[in-house]
Amino acid sequence: MKPRVLLENKQLEVTLTRLCYQLIEVHNDFSNTVIIGLQPRGIYLAHRIQKLLEGILKKKINCGDLDTTFYRDDFRKKELIPNRTNIDFIIEDKNVILVDDVLFTGRTIRAGLDAMLAFGRPNEVELLVLVDRRFSRHVPIQAKYIGLVIDSIETQNVKVEWAETDKKDRVTLIDK
Amino acid sequence: MSNLSVNHLLGIKYITKNDIELILDTATNFKEVINRPIKKVPSLRDLTVANLFFENSTRTRLSFELAQKRLSADVVNFSASSSSVKKGETLIDTVNNILAMKVDMVVMRHASAGAAEFLSKKVNSKIVNAGDGAHEHPTQALLDAFSMKEKLGNLKGRKIAIIGDILHSRVALSNIFCLKKLGAEVKVCGPITLIPKYIESLGVSVETDLRKTLEWCDVANMLRIQLERQDIKFFPSIREYTMLYGLDKTLLDSLSKKIVIMHPGPINRGVEITSDVADSDQSIILDQVENGVAVRMAVMFLLAGRQ
Repeated sequence: MKPRVLLENKQLEVTLTRLCYQLIEVHNDFSNTVIIGLQPRGIYLAHRIQKLLEGILKKKINCGDLDTTFYRDDFRKKELIPNRTNIDFIIEDKNVILVDDVLFTGRTIRAGLDAMLAFGRPNEVELLVLVDRRFSRHVPIQAKYIGLVIDSIETQNVKVEWAETDKKDRVTLIDK
Repeated sequence: MSNLSVNHLLGIKYITKNDIELILDTATNFKEVINRPIKKVPSLRDLTVANLFFENSTRTRLSFELAQKRLSADVVNFSASSSSVKKGETLIDTVNNILAMKVDMVVMRHASAGAAEFLSKKVNSKIVNAGDGAHEHPTQALLDAFSMKEKLGNLKGRKIAIIGDILHSRVALSNIFCLKKLGAEVKVCGPITLIPKYIESLGVSVETDLRKTLEWCDVANMLRIQLERQDIKFFPSIREYTMLYGLDKTLLDSLSKKIVIMHPGPINRGVEITSDVADSDQSIILDQVENGVAVRMAVMFLLAGRQ
């Protein structure tokens, strides 16, 4: 089957902007809130959101990258390559927005929650994803802020491309 | 390049350049982990690791144990001096008995060269060589390379001198293999009696003049005189060795460039290196120790990840 484009260019921009305003509605001026993107693909979304928010709020927003490899439960079942973790701020008592591109089984987020605790005890943790693949969760994890909800089957893949690495912004649904 | 090409870490000789780079890259991630407020990750929580030390060690043993604990592995320790080895048990029997208690990985130091390789063929467990006689000490070479890379960046074309008792040193041999694979130039320096014959066949150059060596190199890795392995006299006296091959501050400051000083420990202060050099800002001896934990975490993490 031909890949189906779910989001592209202007649409994606609108979605990201909407997510930002949803965040502002809850977190006001972000004085006690930080953003953490999950490696490897969530960091691009996290930094986009950070930039957009900085543009809207005219202030610096803390945004870090978190790698979950060492906390995963499927280590030894498949090859995992660790990525850099870079969190240069304190998350103790902060409101943390975890960011990932696609929410599928929820296992990455579960590992992310564990990994995050190595940096302190946050006040509250919320999850933001660009694409939520419904009905495919292995663990009881749901996102609070969602760009797009889709129904997909196991044999399909959601591919999120970013201009930073893939030359263009695009979300497509492809058959494996 | 996402997994090691070997099931055991027996020596640098047996692994590829890609393996070395993978271990060093992974170690960078672990160095970040051990500098976090909570220095522990759960990666190996389902594994048990046995540390078998048939030879004395403080740094390596502590470093391995810390690395295992920071990966959440269960650890059992064994030292030959307080075990049934004294009652005449063979190496394979000792290890098989330990493995019968469901141990997944063995870290072993032994006085006989090749002990780790021998074991890897006889027992069904992942083996990490923590030093076998005067043969190899792979994790030391990896942490040395990691520390050098941290200080100098890419090691390709860098000039590294290994100075001291080359003949009895497993650190020297592993370092030579590792540095050559990473594209560095290596020179060994010491009294001619302490330099193995035909060492040039490994692609290193030999020099007996300390000053010339230091003027040539970017990094000087100073080795200890291993008196415990020397059954005959290789040089007239420690005093004479120190006069000819000891590195002091006056010599270091008289060089035309600032070189990096390394030492695998234990240091014999005042013999191969004076205190003011070991504690100077050019020395990265304590960085080596810190990096040792990260590198050993990377090695065990990657080995455990192999099916």
